[in-house]
Amino acid sequence: MQPLLQVTHVNYSYHSTSGETLALSDLNFQVQKGEFVAIVGPSGCGKTTLLSLISGLLLPESGSILLYGQNGKEASDHIGYMLQKDHLFEWRTIFSNLKLGLEIKKQETSENLDRIDQMLIKYGLSKFRNSRPSQLSGGMRQRATLIRTLALNPDLLLLDEPFSALDYQTRLSVGNDIYSIIKSEGKTAILVTHDLSEAISMADRIIVLSARPGKIVREVSISFEMDERTPLAARSAPEFKTYFNLLWKELNSHDPYVSRS
Amino acid sequence: MTPMSPAHKSYLKKLSRERILIRLTQLFIFILFLAFWELSVRLNWIDGFIFSSPSRVWNTFFSMAKDGSIFYHICITLSETIGSFLLVVTIGTIAAILLWLSERLSKIVEPYLIILNSLPKSALAPLLIVWLGTGTKTIIVTGISIAIFGTVLNLFTGFQETSSDKQKLIYTLHGTKKDVLFKVLLPSTIPLQISIMKVNIGLCLVGVVIGEFLAARQGLGYLIIYGSQVFKLDWVIMSIIILCIIAMILYSIVNKIEKYYQTIK
Repeated sequence: MQPLLQVTHVNYSYHSTSGETLALSDLNFQVQKGEFVAIVGPSGCGKTTLLSLISGLLLPESGSILLYGQNGKEASDHIGYMLQKDHLFEWRTIFSNLKLGLEIKKQETSENLDRIDQMLIKYGLSKFRNSRPSQLSGGMRQRATLIRTLALNPDLLLLDEPFSALDYQTRLSVGNDIYSIIKSEGKTAILVTHDLSEAISMADRIIVLSARPGKIVREVSISFEMDERTPLAARSAPEFKTYFNLLWKELNSHDPYVSRS
Repeated sequence: MTPMSPAHKSYLKKLSRERILIRLTQLFIFILFLAFWELSVRLNWIDGFIFSSPSRVWNTFFSMAKDGSIFYHICITLSETIGSFLLVVTIGTIAAILLWLSERLSKIVEPYLIILNSLPKSALAPLLIVWLGTGTKTIIVTGISIAIFGTVLNLFTGFQETSSDKQKLIYTLHGTKKDVLFKVLLPSTIPLQISIMKVNIGLCLVGVVIGEFLAARQGLGYLIIYGSQVFKLDWVIMSIIILCIIAMILYSIVNKIEKYYQTIK
């Protein structure tokens, strides 16, 4: 079966007057349809750069990134990218923020707008349809942001540390919400995070990157023996600790900074 | 709503009393000034021919209002000011957008813009007369020349300071530069645009009056210059007072727009 996403021999460096920095070095991996993949690594290892490359905002210096075997614009239309901050515009209502993507793509059909309304109801935000973003809590803003990304009906979701701005408690419950939204919409997702527990609790597979230049040092498949997996339940499963120790060692053996701290 | 506690009531009362006190003092200073001015002329402490007086200004205004000539002058100055203001807003916004669209263009023209902005623009007015002749066109261009460079620079800086992450968001939703402009830059800089307008409306009035000094047969600026040449200082002082009032009204209109924007926001 053709993988949804295929990354082959991708290299990327940043250029500045003071020199050239290799950010990502010879990355190879695949993502299958319906998979939830987490990418972990120390800060500055090029995780965000990788997402920008997959989404087509940046172009790789060498190597190829194929979505359904295609690259370029047709491919990037299938991708939804959720940034670290929500960036809900204060001068728009929630609903009008959520239809921003449809507005840009000129797809404001009543069917698509209805879908937003259904998601608002389904994910408990319908009361805030005409509110301003500042009236929402941090967790609600993240859910709204996910709906904004889903409104364009992407096949592949890229999540760039979407919970990092939230306090710990909200983070757990929003993580749970977002996970169940992604699963119930049947989406494929790539989550970038530096939080190991978050990665283990949500992902089917974890890709570990080394410190700069980012290289894949290990891929770990995650599975829990439970009927209905949720991130919260996973956190208290017996396998959780095993995975955590495994990944922790893996990260430390490749990153002098983590082991020192 | 919960009933107000006595402490809160007295706090609010104190606030409103303070506000009334300030307004009354302002009014009192104004009346005192007028009274002192009038009195010093009546008592021959100063020469009414040179310094005019409130009653002479009023009489001049009244007689010019009767034949309608003062309203003609006011209308001319006002329409020229509003005309140059609207042109500054339009041209300034378009220019700032062009600079934002092309980083190379903005880097090339930046030093020129800075020089032109710090140049005393009244120095250009005599040149404009020679190039464009005397008349409305010259006066409006003078008004524009005073405000335009600052507008372009400020607005362009505002565009540049708009968070690049917000712009990135548009690209992640598969938008183009056009979408960044219309969905992010223009709406997010509305407060800045209004505050630039506040400055501009005053600058345009200054420019128009300078233009009228040099190149007009009508308008309040013309009235001031002509009045000083024929020693009709009542005209001069009356025109200055009217200019004060116009400036105040124009400013408060922009202020109203700002308040309105804040309430709908």
